[in-house]
Amino acid sequence: MINKNKIFTKGVLDCLPLLLPVVPFGIIFGVIGMELGFGPYVTYATSFIIFAGSSQIVFIQLISAGASPLVTLTSVGIVNSRHLLYGAVLAEYLEKLKLRWKILLSYLLTDQAFAVSNKYFKKNSKNKFAHYHLLGSGLGLWVTWQLSTILGIVLGAIVPEELGLSFTIPLTFISLLVSEFRKSKHIIVILVSGCVALLAYNMPFKAYIIIAAIAGLSVAAFLNRKKA
Amino acid sequence: MIWVKMIIAGIITFLTRFLLVSLIKKNSLTNKTKIVLSYVPSAVFPAIIFPAVFLNLNGQLFIEDNPKIIGAIAAVLVGYFSKNVVTTIILGLLVYWAYIFIG
Repeated sequence: MINKNKIFTKGVLDCLPLLLPVVPFGIIFGVIGMELGFGPYVTYATSFIIFAGSSQIVFIQLISAGASPLVTLTSVGIVNSRHLLYGAVLAEYLEKLKLRWKILLSYLLTDQAFAVSNKYFKKNSKNKFAHYHLLGSGLGLWVTWQLSTILGIVLGAIVPEELGLSFTIPLTFISLLVSEFRKSKHIIVILVSGCVALLAYNMPFKAYIIIAAIAGLSVAAFLNRKKA
Repeated sequence: MIWVKMIIAGIITFLTRFLLVSLIKKNSLTNKTKIVLSYVPSAVFPAIIFPAVFLNLNGQLFIEDNPKIIGAIAAVLVGYFSKNVVTTIILGLLVYWAYIFIG
């Protein structure tokens, strides 16, 4: 039990610094939902049912613009499709778990939780309670996202736009890559993915993220072609 | 109607997270695939970083006098030397603010 609690707490603590930028993002989402006229219940429910910031924004924006259900749902899926890759990476660590654990941890899987728990799993793959780390990081982010969405719905835009806090989102992702900055192959992959994302940014369905990811991984495969 | 769409959207997002977690079995991946998958953060996160830094709200390139580029360069440098998540975010934000409010 002590071991489980410790690992769970470590998961929460590891994702803590990444939660700061989530708060203004959640508030902004709540405000956008209200401004587009969705009302408090629908706006909040997306945070509970979809629980994926960028997919939620795409969802309410397309619906308020009168897009067809097919376009709306395809966009939501494509925006979130990078999680397929996260799932592929984490699968080997979660393989032995019961189905209900896999369902719970999948629901809680986000960019931030993936980043910190993947690092933990790499170092602690032998520990049979390692998945409690993902439970901790995932729940830490979940609670923060629910509360900050509610804050945005109830209090409105309490954070002045001039502060430019949306810039903390790219900063978070830069900080999640710092351990790769000294590896030349990773730097090449980072630059390729970033440039492809810029070039593909205006493609339909917000497909640029997954297109850039596939380009980056193809380059990674090429750079490592001589390895077994 | 919006609730039906929302629940379907929720199921789709859940499936993007759950599908490969449940389908991939241990040892079903080759070593080569595992090596490539270890690049997932480096291949995915820049696709979120670059547009947020280099494009304006209309999706056009925004290079000259862009405080986000200054802040991002500061964050990369701090990250490179400190390897610390928190200092990277905070110093990146401080440099960005310094450029907007003072510079």
